Amino acid sequence: MTEASSKIAAAGEPMEMLLNMGPQHPSTHGVFRMVLQVDGEKILDSEPHIGYLHRGSEKLCEGEQYHQVITLFDRMDYIANFNNEMVYCMAVEKLMGLTVPERAEYVRVILCELNRIASHLLFVATMGLDAGAMTPSMICFRGRERVQALFEAVSGARMMHNYFRVGGIKEDLPENFGEMVGELLPLLRADVEESDKLLTFNEIFLARLKNVGAISTEDALDYGFTGPCLRACGVDYDLRKAQPYSVYDRFEFDVPVGLDGDCWDRHYVRVQEMYESLKIVEQALEQMAEGNIASSLGRRLIRPPKGEVYVRAENPRGELGVYLVSDGTDKPYRLKVRPPSFCNLSAIRHLLRNTWIADSVVILGSLDIVLGEVDR
Amino acid sequence: MRLTVAEQDNVQPAASTQAEATQAEATQAEATQAEATQAEATQAEVSAQPDLSGLAAPARELLNRLELALANFHPQVAALQDLPQVTVMSADLAKVCRVLKDDPGISASQLMCLACVDYEEYFQLVYMLHSIDPEGTMVIKADVTYDQPKAPSVASVWRAADWYEREAHDLFGVVFEGHPDLAPLLLYEGFEGFPGRKEFPFHEYQEF
Repeated sequence: MTEASSKIAAAGEPMEMLLNMGPQHPSTHGVFRMVLQVDGEKILDSEPHIGYLHRGSEKLCEGEQYHQVITLFDRMDYIANFNNEMVYCMAVEKLMGLTVPERAEYVRVILCELNRIASHLLFVATMGLDAGAMTPSMICFRGRERVQALFEAVSGARMMHNYFRVGGIKEDLPENFGEMVGELLPLLRADVEESDKLLTFNEIFLARLKNVGAISTEDALDYGFTGPCLRACGVDYDLRKAQPYSVYDRFEFDVPVGLDGDCWDRHYVRVQEMYESLKIVEQALEQMAEGNIASSLGRRLIRPPKGEVYVRAENPRGELGVYLVSDGTDKPYRLKVRPPSFCNLSAIRHLLRNTWIADSVVILGSLDIVLGEVDR
Repeated sequence: MRLTVAEQDNVQPAASTQAEATQAEATQAEATQAEATQAEATQAEVSAQPDLSGLAAPARELLNRLELALANFHPQVAALQDLPQVTVMSADLAKVCRVLKDDPGISASQLMCLACVDYEEYFQLVYMLHSIDPEGTMVIKADVTYDQPKAPSVASVWRAADWYEREAHDLFGVVFEGHPDLAPLLLYEGFEGFPGRKEFPFHEYQEF
């Protein structure tokens, strides 16, 4: 072990040691390693190590044609595939000046919001597990499974959908989509409510999460926090409201914000967001009309004009940005992804300082990272 | 990387057969696109003035404020689609970022993204900054040389820059002077080469 631990410490003298957590550790939500410098149960400092899942996705994008890149986006944030595909498609569409048919926009919004619920359900499940609550995870996974069954009916795949296309979507929805979603929504709402009731105001859960891992608004902005993590600090900023993209300006929904920026607030903001997403899906389903699902130009092998574009959108984990440079050929010249988890995770050292080892698990869990997009 | 002319010729007929059903429409759209590109080109020839047509009124205002705040750094203004863009000298980057963060009219509180682009003769660093109040997103660009890519670190301005700069150092070999610790982030210790660069081979992997 380390030098510090090999020495015999006198009574009352601090004894520091290094504790390795991960990369294969159930509570690191993927392959992520932290080296904790601890004094007893107290974390003095920590060193996060990422990159175990680095596949060079950005570089790979430079070797694929524009439509092939969509599959790579599926594999970045693999919990919120539709949202990821959407941002990329929006970037290429903006570069080409394409208008997406209205029906396709509605389909995208419905699928993205359902994906947001599925993603947040997974968060609630793992948050409960991290804090020691087993039962809510079963309910959450049941709800998530229902959403994924719908995704499978629509796109043919539970996770790596590859369903959005530049200029629209791959194919029209199944005929009974409206009924399927109509059946799904009350069940999903019941699942969300049930897990919410079981977990959110549970006394043990509150004791484990409240006032743990709090971050100030200034620090959160400084670390580039976005999405639920930033809103938990009380910043009322949601791209769907602040800079409405797609058809988000046509729906009525609220942006839940927290007060203290601690783990419980990050949990609560996400729970409330699920209810808002349900509202959006209901409204979108009502407003959606028949029509084209893809612009004719998007279906062909595309060569966007020379230029650059930066597009961002509100993903379940925060703001996903895509910076795309085109040189006029059929492959992107450079594609830089701004993954929300990357920035949120970069604050882990700051968050873990002077906390307890037992809290490190819930603090990490409350950031809701997906290593696929952190490492890319 | 780039397609040769022969390859492009191969690709074209395949594409048009695929879209036979919508060919008429597609050709029309293509024509419009070609027109737009042509118009763009002529515009660039006629005047050296940057094309700011994509900017909405608030973005244009922000660009004016940027130009004013950065007057000492000889900024070149332009537009990245709908975002105001300023190009500065790479040596001034840290000072520029500090000004943008502290200026009350701009208050760029967040570093959203730091991208490095390999243009084969030089690297371009692209900083996406964001301010929540007043709301605005801006793009700061600076070129660094290919042989000795280095730029001042902005990790002291935003802590978010810490990992972004380590990533750019990993993948492109850009050295950020003043960064606390440029240890490998995404790659393992001892990895040779810079996989983000265009010269790095796609399919020849190192044994580890």
